[in-house]
Amino acid sequence: MINHDILIVGGGLAGLSAALNCDPELDVAVISKVHPLRSHSVAAQGGINAALGNNPEGKDDSWERHAFDTIKGSDYLADQRVAELMCQKAISTIYELEYFGVPFSRFPGGVIAQRPFGGAGFPRTCYAADRTGLVTLHTLFEQSVRKQVKFHEEWLVTKLVIREGRCLGVVVYDVTTGQIMPVRARAVIFATGGYGRVYMRTTNAYINHGSGIGMAYRAGVALKDMEFVQFHPTSLYDKNILITEGARGEGGFLINNKGRRFMEDYAPSAMELAPRDIVARATQTEIDKGNGFENEYVQLDLRHLGAAKIKKRLPGIREICIDFAGIDPIEIPIPIQPAQHYSMGGIDVNEKCASIIAGFFAAGECACVSIHGANRLGGNSLLDTVVFGKIAGEAASDYVRGSEGADRSEKILLDEALEVKKRIDDWKKKDTGLKVHLLLNRLKAVMSEKVGIFRNKKDLEGALEKIRELKEDYARVHLSGKCLRFSQELVNILEFESMLDLAEVIALGALNREETRGSHYRLDFKERDDKEWLKHTLVTWREGKPQISYQDVDVSKYKPKARKY
Amino acid sequence: MEYIFEILRFDPLKDKSPYFQEFLYQTEEAKSVLEALMDIRNEQDCTLSFRYSCREAICGSCGMVINGSIGLACRTMVESLGSERIIIEPLPNLEIQKDLVVDMEPFWEALRKIEPFLHPQEEILEKGHRIEEREMEKIFQYINCIMCGCCYSACPVVSRDEKYLGPATLAKLYRLVKDPRDRRSFLDWSRIDTEGGAWGCDTIFKCNEVCPKSVRPADGIEALRRKLVVERIKQIFRFKR
Repeated sequence: MINHDILIVGGGLAGLSAALNCDPELDVAVISKVHPLRSHSVAAQGGINAALGNNPEGKDDSWERHAFDTIKGSDYLADQRVAELMCQKAISTIYELEYFGVPFSRFPGGVIAQRPFGGAGFPRTCYAADRTGLVTLHTLFEQSVRKQVKFHEEWLVTKLVIREGRCLGVVVYDVTTGQIMPVRARAVIFATGGYGRVYMRTTNAYINHGSGIGMAYRAGVALKDMEFVQFHPTSLYDKNILITEGARGEGGFLINNKGRRFMEDYAPSAMELAPRDIVARATQTEIDKGNGFENEYVQLDLRHLGAAKIKKRLPGIREICIDFAGIDPIEIPIPIQPAQHYSMGGIDVNEKCASIIAGFFAAGECACVSIHGANRLGGNSLLDTVVFGKIAGEAASDYVRGSEGADRSEKILLDEALEVKKRIDDWKKKDTGLKVHLLLNRLKAVMSEKVGIFRNKKDLEGALEKIRELKEDYARVHLSGKCLRFSQELVNILEFESMLDLAEVIALGALNREETRGSHYRLDFKERDDKEWLKHTLVTWREGKPQISYQDVDVSKYKPKARKY
Repeated sequence: MEYIFEILRFDPLKDKSPYFQEFLYQTEEAKSVLEALMDIRNEQDCTLSFRYSCREAICGSCGMVINGSIGLACRTMVESLGSERIIIEPLPNLEIQKDLVVDMEPFWEALRKIEPFLHPQEEILEKGHRIEEREMEKIFQYINCIMCGCCYSACPVVSRDEKYLGPATLAKLYRLVKDPRDRRSFLDWSRIDTEGGAWGCDTIFKCNEVCPKSVRPADGIEALRRKLVVERIKQIFRFKR
């Protein structure tokens, strides 16, 4: 049986950061369902936050200000001490990335350049033009080559195996051979990313099914604050490819069909650089009011920035506009609409990225430490992946050094693998049945229509009903292609189960939370209600059903105040 | 619009040789080749295998041959091909694992040979390196590389010489050597002063032609050659003195 001390699932930024920071004495491996460079981190554009104070307008910046902006941006649902921890570590993290080779853009004098981003009091977003994710992921991958990190590529983890409160390993589907097999590990770190593809319109990659979060849930780990789903205000119309917040950071305007910068009506002082939840709602409101174009989109106008600045600072989005919309933003405003972008919620872990299960850790978008609370600020997710990936690698190493291997885990893991095999055989044996991509389309429609930017009781109840119908239909799914090598159909069937669970947890959390906070906007409860709802939602899988409970928020540093921008 | 997709199918464990399968595909929307392939797979044959991830030409998964040209499926619009018949084949110069999925291992192996990571000075600088933007700009062309392997597949030298490192790897090396922060010694990187390295290139620029990110790897190879020559001359003079 394949056996590692630490198994990291996911080869994006959080996974690689974890791998690079595990104890080199330990046997560590990264499992990824795609080659690490194909991970969705690669698509991040605008930058990564740290209070370096390099921008002349950011001289008075400090990690404390960064933490405050993060907490205010979170609508006070972030746990304040961990938000501080991340912002404090941000500065050394940037210099470490720079040392590893990230080619950050520069200011005169040679210091790392910083641009303004939404919800930030100072320009503190470090960037490499608009390809920050690309160069950061490639750099950490290069470091993993240097450190000879072991990779198992194109393996999909299908099950997290836990017994008596302790993590024993995982079951994987080796996509390249079609085999199902157990992998034993003394500690497992999930760095599996988000679930954007449960929505119709998302900036996320096709692979972002969120099955890591779903597997942790089914294994008994609570999911935290899942109702907080970030919608990015500026995705390219129709294709929903991300158009970075950096475009507004560099001075881009949002324009409605009357030619007005409509953010004036929603955030008169921050304008286009209000936090994402506010700008996304404003954008959708304009479209819904008939102030959009073709009732589908508004415009992001960059023309006044001039060709030179666009080519220098935003070459990637220019390329995207030319390739995927046939327009050059130097000459024509970009048609944009909101789309799902990020999950603030995730696997419930503490400040060491540890879950309640001994030996099971999570970091990055799949995890909820809770730094982002009800709304994440742009530029904080890359930071989260690198900082908490590192913490997870160190914490898992500490754990492994201080623990003994479980004796009977081999037998248990083999049995679990057999069970997965049996399920797959059942799908394979059926000659007729439902096709998973049709179920997926139905789920996406439900989530987009009923659990989107604007929510209400009736829609959320309707969504839950539809999701439960889909769960029943999932039992009738079949595998039409019988070859298991490189079967994307099998990947989709396996992951769809998680997607259904996540959809249910999101809708349930949203239905119960009778207030408006950050990204969670209830048309029937339009105010934030700190008295009742200043708390984290926890949803746990118990006896085949989601069970909801709540946890206090750490507000030890800043008293919650009304959020004005 | 109605299209006929002719897609190369091959399962080396089952089939004696690759063959083409025809699929009729109808769409009224502006679809990319990748979206069309996904529709075909979902609606017509779930066993069709191909790689994908980001769908926005940044992850490098979906390189393939589309009507004879190497490119990314996500970035190629079906309509733009100007043909009702669309022929899809896997990337050449690499073994087929299944259908359009190829074994990228030789590509990664070549990359690992050049120590593809920055060799900075020993200590982390407290405030990072100080480098003017114009210095960094010299490598910007190369950092756009997404490691899709299109250049490797298009390269005639790779196809006849399996020892040749290939365009992407050599361009990556140039990106690192040219990085003002890199401290690797000439002795270290001049290991590519060989036919399998910088001198292998035929300079017919197929790589520049197919690169979906305008990296122009051959520029990097030529620059490496110039740098090698200059360094050698410098060494001769040092020796004489």
